[in-house]
Formats: sequence, C-alpha cells, structure tokens
Amino acid sequence: MANEILEKVNFSENVVKLIIRSPYIAKSRKAGHFVIIRADAAGERIPLTIAGSDPEQGTIMLVVQRVGVSSAKLCDMKVGDTILDIVGPLGEATKVHKVGTILACGGGVGVAPMLPIVEAFKKAGNRVVTILAARNKDLIILEDEMRLHSDELIIMTDDGSYGQKGLVTDGMKAVIQREKIDESIIIGPAIMMKFASLTTKEFNIPTQASLNTIMVDGTGMCGACRVSVGGQTKFVCVDGPEFDAHQVDFDEMIERLGAYKTQEKVAYEAHEHECKRKH
Amino acid sequence: MDFAEYLKEQRNQEWRKELRSNIKSKDRTAIEKVHMPEENPHVRNTNNIEVNTGLTMEMAMKEAQRCLDCGDPTCISGCPVNINIPKFIKNIEKGDFLAAAASIKETNSFPAVCGRVCPQEIQCEQKCFYTQKLNLPSVAIGYLERFAADFERKSGKISIPEISHHNHIKVAVIGGGPGGLAAAFDLVKFGYDVTVFEALHEIGGVLKYGIPEFRLPNEIVDVEVSTLTKMGVKFVTNFIVGKTATFDDLRVEGFKAFFVASGAGLPNFMNIPGENLINIFSSNEYLTRVNLMNAAKSEFDTPVFSGKNVAVIGGGNTAMDSVRTAKRLGANRAMIIYRRSIEEMPARIEEVKHAQEEGIEFLNLHNPIEYLGDDQRRVKSMKLQKMELGEPDSSGRRRPVPIEGAIEIVETDTVVVAVGVSPNPLIPRSLPNLNMSKWGTIVVNDQMQSSIEDIFAGGDIVRGGATVILAMGDGRRAADGIDQYLKSKF
Ligand SMILES: Cc1cc2nc3c(=O)[nH]c(=O)nc-3n(C[C@H](O)[C@H](O)[C@H](O)COP(=O)(O)OP(=O)(O)OC[C@H]3O[C@@H](n4cnc5c(N)ncnc54)[C@H](O)[C@@H]3O)c2cc1C
Ligand SMILES: Cc1cc2nc3c(=O)[nH]c(=O)nc-3n(C[C@H](O)[C@H](O)[C@H](O)COP(=O)(O)OP(=O)(O)OC[C@H]3O[C@@H](n4cnc5c(N)ncnc54)[C@H](O)[C@@H]3O)c2cc1C
Ligand code: SF4
Ligand code: SF4
Ligand code: FES
Repeated sequence: MANEILEKVNFSENVVKLIIRSPYIAKSRKAGHFVIIRADAAGERIPLTIAGSDPEQGTIMLVVQRVGVSSAKLCDMKVGDTILDIVGPLGEATKVHKVGTILACGGGVGVAPMLPIVEAFKKAGNRVVTILAARNKDLIILEDEMRLHSDELIIMTDDGSYGQKGLVTDGMKAVIQREKIDESIIIGPAIMMKFASLTTKEFNIPTQASLNTIMVDGTGMCGACRVSVGGQTKFVCVDGPEFDAHQVDFDEMIERLGAYKTQEKVAYEAHEHECKRKH
Repeated sequence: MDFAEYLKEQRNQEWRKELRSNIKSKDRTAIEKVHMPEENPHVRNTNNIEVNTGLTMEMAMKEAQRCLDCGDPTCISGCPVNINIPKFIKNIEKGDFLAAAASIKETNSFPAVCGRVCPQEIQCEQKCFYTQKLNLPSVAIGYLERFAADFERKSGKISIPEISHHNHIKVAVIGGGPGGLAAAFDLVKFGYDVTVFEALHEIGGVLKYGIPEFRLPNEIVDVEVSTLTKMGVKFVTNFIVGKTATFDDLRVEGFKAFFVASGAGLPNFMNIPGENLINIFSSNEYLTRVNLMNAAKSEFDTPVFSGKNVAVIGGGNTAMDSVRTAKRLGANRAMIIYRRSIEEMPARIEEVKHAQEEGIEFLNLHNPIEYLGDDQRRVKSMKLQKMELGEPDSSGRRRPVPIEGAIEIVETDTVVVAVGVSPNPLIPRSLPNLNMSKWGTIVVNDQMQSSIEDIFAGGDIVRGGATVILAMGDGRRAADGIDQYLKSKF
C-alpha cells in the first residue's frame, strides 16, 4: 500500500530511519528534494528531506529526528503503519556538477539530507571530504553510508566521545588549511550553518546551505518559509531549499524558527503526557 | 436549438404562463426585497457558525414572486455560467424546490457554493431588470440559488446526473479548486474518464484553504465533491503535476488531454522593512492554518498565532476573511489597514458590512511603510503613512497619495498581509515551452487551449485572480474545448 512504512531502524534514541512505499516520488526525486508529510488526520504538515530512494522497489528513505509533536508521532510509527499524506518531491534539486574538491559538512540530523547530495557529487567525479558533527557519539548517524560515498570522512563530537573533539568549524578549518577546497555544502541546525558559513566565507569558498525553515504547504502558497537571501525575500520551498550560504540572513532565520516556541513546548508536553498515560 | 430559442421554449411552457398570469407585474414589483437572516454579530464573532442563515421557505417563495419572468432575461447575461435564472426562480415560486435545484444544475454544478460566495451584486443581480430599469433592489438571485441548493442537500435527494456512455478516454484535471471541479463535472458527463490531481491533501482549492467556515462551511464543499465522486470522477490528492509526475509521465499513462486550474496561490508581500518579522503572515498562511489545518482547534497539531492586536493589510475579500478570522480567534482589536477609502475597497459590500457589525476597525487611507520588532524580532508596531485621495488612476478609482509628514505609529502583535496573489509558478516552471504572459498567467485561446495543444487552462492561473464562478465558467468552456479537440483526434 502506498505510504506504508516497510522498514524502521533506530539510529539513536531520537533519530529513526524509515523506508516508505511511495512509487511516484521514488522515481521522480533527485538529490536535494524533500517531501511534506502529515502523519494522521490531526497532524501538521512537516517537511523532511528524501535521504534516498529505490525506484525499482518504489520506496523512499526518510531520517527523522524527534524534536516536537509531529516528528515524535512519526518516530513512534511502526512497520506496517501508513503515513496519511506524503507529497513531493518538493524544492529545487541540488545542482550537481564537477568542480574538483567538495567539503560537505553535516550537523546532527542534517547528515540525512546530505547523504544523497554527497552521493551525487561523488558520482559526478568530485573528490568529496565529508565532516559529520554531533554533540556526542550516539548522535552520529549514517556513518557507514557516508564513508562509502566520501573520499575522506572526518567525525567531530563536541565532547570528544568519538572522532575528534571539537566543533564542526574546527574540522572545517583544518581541512581548508590543508588542501584546496572548491566548493562547500553545509546542512544542519541553523546555528551550525551560520558558523560554518562564516568559516567558508573567511576563505572565500563558494558555499551552499540547505535551509530548514518552518513550512506549511511546501508549494509556494503560504510564505511561511520565507528567508532573506542577499537582501531579497525568498521562499525556501520553491526557490530553495539550497541557497548561497554567504547571502543568507541566518539570524533572521533562527528567530523565525522560534516563532511557535511557546505553543510547540506546551503541545509536546501534552503529547508526552498523553503517551505516558496510554502506556 | 440555440440558447435564445431554448430560453423561449422554456418560458412558453404552460406552467410558466400560468404563474405569470397569477400575479400582476405591478403587484410583483411592489413586494419588498427579502432580507437574509443573519446570526447576531456579537455572538457570531466568537465562533465559526455561518453568518447568513439562509432564507425560509416562505421567504424564498415570496422573493421568487418578485421575479417578472422577463421576456428578455438580462440577468442571465450577468452570470458567467448562464444559469437559466427565471426558470429556477419560477420553480421556487411554484414550490417545486427540487426542480429549481435541477434547473440550476443544468449549467452550474456547485450552486450551494455560488449562492454563498458569488459577488452577485456585480454579476447577475446587476443585470436584473429591477436594477437596470426600475431602479429598485434586484431580485435576490444569489439567496434564492442558495436556498434551492440547500433544500436539495437537506432533502437527501441530490440528483446525480446520468452518464449515458463511457468513451474510456482519459483526461487529467490539475487542481481541485472550483475551475477544476467544474471542468471535471462536464467532462465526466460527456463520458470521459476523468482524474483530478490536487497538490494539497484536500479537494476544494481556495474554497477549502481560503474562504472561512463562517462564509462557506467545508461540509458544503465536500457534499458537492461527493456528487462528482458518485459520477465517477477520480480524485488523487497529494499529487503535484510537474513534480510528482511530469506531463510526459501522465501522457505515457494514457492521458489524452489536460485541464490546468492551478490557481493563483503565490502571496504578494509589500517588500517594506520589517516584513519578515515574526508574527507577520501572508493571508494565505493565516487562513490555511485556520481553515485547512484547523489550527484553532486544540485537538489538531498545527499552531496559529493570533494576538490581541491584529492588523490586516488590504481591502479585498481575503483581507475581510482574515480580519474576521482574527476577531474569532480572540483579538481585542482587529483592524483593516487600507490605503484607499472604504468606498473603493474591492471586497464585497456585504462582507464589509458584516465586518463592521462584528466590531472590525477600519483604518482607511493608511498605508504601512515599516514594521518594528521587539528584541526577539516579534512585530510590536507599525509605521503607517496617512493618505489622501488624488486624481483618478487607470482603474478609475481616485489614486491615494501620501500626506507628507503624516506618519502614525500603531501597536500590533500580529499582522496579516492580504495585498493580492500571483499565479502559481509550479506548472509553468515544469513546462518551458508553454506560452505565458508577462504577468505569469497561461495564455489561452477562446477554447481555453494553451500553446501546447493537449493542455487547456482556466481560472486564476489564466485570469491572475478572479472569482469562483469565473473559474467555473472557464472550466466548463475548457470541457467543451477538450471535447472538441479530442473528437477531432480520436
Ligand atoms: C526542507 C526541509 C527539510 C528537512 N529535512 C528534515 C529531515 O530530513 N529530518 C528531520 O528530522 N528534520 C528535517 N527537517 C526539519 C523538520 O521539518 C522539523 O524538525 C519538524 O517540522 C519539527 O516538527 P515538530 O512538530 O516535531 O517540532 P516542533 O514542535 O514544531 O518544534 C520543536 C523544536 O524544533 C524546532 N524546529 C521547528 N521546525 C523546525 C525546522 N523546520 N527545522 C529545524 N528545527 C525546527 C523548533 O524551533 C522547536 O524548538 C527539515 C526541514 C525542512 C524545511
Ligand atoms: C480568502 C479568499 C476569499 C475569496 N472570496 C471569494 C468570494 O467571496 N467570491 C468569489 O467569487 N471569489 C472569492 N475568492 C477568489 C476565488 O476563490 C478564486 O478566484 C477561485 O478559487 C479560483 O479558482 P481556481 O480553480 O482557478 O483555483 P484555486 O481555487 O486556487 O484552486 C487551485 C488548486 O490547484 C492546486 N494546484 C496548484 N498547482 C498544482 C499542481 N501542479 N498539481 C496539482 N494541483 C495543483 C492548488 O493546491 C489548489 O487547490 C477568494 C479568494 C480568497 C483567497
Ligand atoms: S452562479 Fe453566481 S452569477 Fe450566476 S446566477 Fe448564481 S449567483 Fe448569479
Ligand atoms: S431580469 Fe430580474 S426580474 Fe427579469 S427574469 Fe431575471 S431575475 Fe427575474
Ligand atoms: S511552505 Fe508555504 S510557501 Fe513555502
């Protein structure tokens, strides 16, 4: 059945990988595309990057991090369950070309959307150096898959529990000072992208960032996803999600992500309470 | 038989003649126009119940007597789908309400919707003999249309048109708004195998995500859509043509023609400083959260922010819908900010009147020039430029000009920008060869055919923002065009 969850893997306590039947999207999606899902009839529409697909099997892969009610609902779904609505592929695909050496930096769950992009750049004949960064060892995901498609994989953890100790920007600087980087791509929490972008700007390396703003429809209809890029308002869902990182107003984006902070917190606590009551 | 002959033949039927002779014209014109019963403004502005409650049977029959069953029914020329207006109204006069509904449905598949949201006062009712020649209030055509449709729905005897034959030719309709639905209705009647593809998770387009419950309950849209389902139309939601599958993919699947009614769903902003502050929304976002996603109900996950001091920018239907929604979400102060005077607002007069009754404030001749935020970038106030009316502009309305130095600061914690929409670019972007106008609308000929021969288009994507009934008229014309095109090919 369409939208059925066929496989589920817990990457860590808060991150799951889902393989879902979605034949049309599996066929038409490209690296950089995302979907909007609605888990159930009361659910909100949330954007998730397509981390991979198998057109033959008609399946797509999503990697979801539990951060609030909607992502929690999805993370708690089981194999055999059906997601009510999945629409996509949305957004502009990544412009993949041969440029030389790519520095790909993924933070937290941002590693999932980066997987197809790294794969595509490698396939296009680039040398790909990948940095995965997270707070600690447990939060590093997709390490093997990334290693497969990268010429070099560097792991950074804030607490040094795995790989090298330090922030993603420390790892980036070390690579940039060591070899010539032609282009960089960064995906992760907004705050990480802000500092990663400042780092590549310092060295004049053209950089793409994949933005994760709040969205509703994902088709350019509502404007919830708007960001300022080079002083102009852009809609992330139709003009992006990837933009020239050095032009993005990350401070504005970070504040806008907090627009519903109060309501989200109340809703999440109510949801957790409800789940505990049921169990 | 052409249309004029058909009207004449119908008018000459015995029962119509008899009804005409029952009451003298003089007595008919002496009847006072019916008033639509409404919910109390101070009750209705705290909930989502429908504002207009509908005519009673007695009211409808009385109002129907006013119609003179004119020899030259000019009202019909004001209706974009040419409903046989005197025929349905005389059926109401006679008390045969189901026949009235059936007469409307000869050309309009969604009377319950049109009877509620058509700007009748500038369409059919403006062309009524009463308005044109007698200088009296027109026959309440819209209210009567709604009455007949509501009666039919409540009777549980909704007529499902017979489909005489199936030709098994596949036609795709892109967009589940009024334009697409009207086309689907006619195409399926002609015998085609029709599939409607819709990007969102619900069918209805603006009728669902834009127009609020208190003007058009979603249930009414659903009932009209279920009629289509019963007639055999297939609906595929969560499917974006051009993204989920291309036109070529669909051609391979056997679709022989396409009707694009993808709407004008791209919100305009004013590009003034501070417009990206938190709690500044497009009307599309604000209304979608509330209408499509049920954000105001606690059992749904989608949040909506609606503060105590809500400013809505604009003067059209969308602005009225937004500001009245804000009031219902609990705003103490819900205001319209519009740069022209109240007389020049494009919103329907009825909507403006309803808004006024509900306690909406109107700051006319005010134009926002900047938004100011607090330390968390939440909007806290706006700078308004006061305006005065100058010379008439190209639209014939007097141009608002800024009064130098007259700037006012007004506090606000929520702003809804409702300054118009542009055509949705998803389809054009997926079809580089499609002939487009410089406004981003699809260019079509009289048959609604685009520059690509198997692709027809209509509604807001062609008109750049119009009305429900104009979109539906386009849908019907396109259905004819597609029928002719396919007959010439197969
Ligand atoms: C194009 C795009 C692709 C994305 N891809 C993925 C993906 O592959 N995997 C994944 O796990 N997430 C992805 N996200 C983020 C995901 O959509 C959000 O995590 C989700 O909407 C949060 O909903 P919620 O109800 O669970 O949390 P909420 O209760 O809405 O929010 C909880 C917390 O998360 C933050 N938050 C809310 N929305 C977002 C957001 N869009 N991005 C980041 N933080 C947010 C809030 O600030 C809040 O602090 C993507 C977002 C976009 C725009
Ligand atoms: C708030 C508001 C109030 C209004 N009030 C009135 C009123 O009182 N009276 C009146 O007559 N008019 C009113 N209008 C205008 C009227 O609603 C529109 O003119 C009418 O809906 C246009 O119909 P449409 O079929 O062209 O497009 P829409 O109703 O916009 O429907 C288009 C549909 O196509 C879908 N779509 C877009 N692209 C794709 C794709 N690639 N694949 C699949 N699906 C796609 C969209 O999701 C949407 O559902 C109002 C509009 C708004 C926004
Ligand atoms: S569809 Fe609209 S314009 Fe036509 S008769 Fe009905 S109310 Fe009037
Ligand atoms: S013009 Fe007015 S009075 Fe004459 S038929 Fe039409 S609705 Fe009736
Ligand atoms: S999510 Fe609505 S316009 Fe981008």
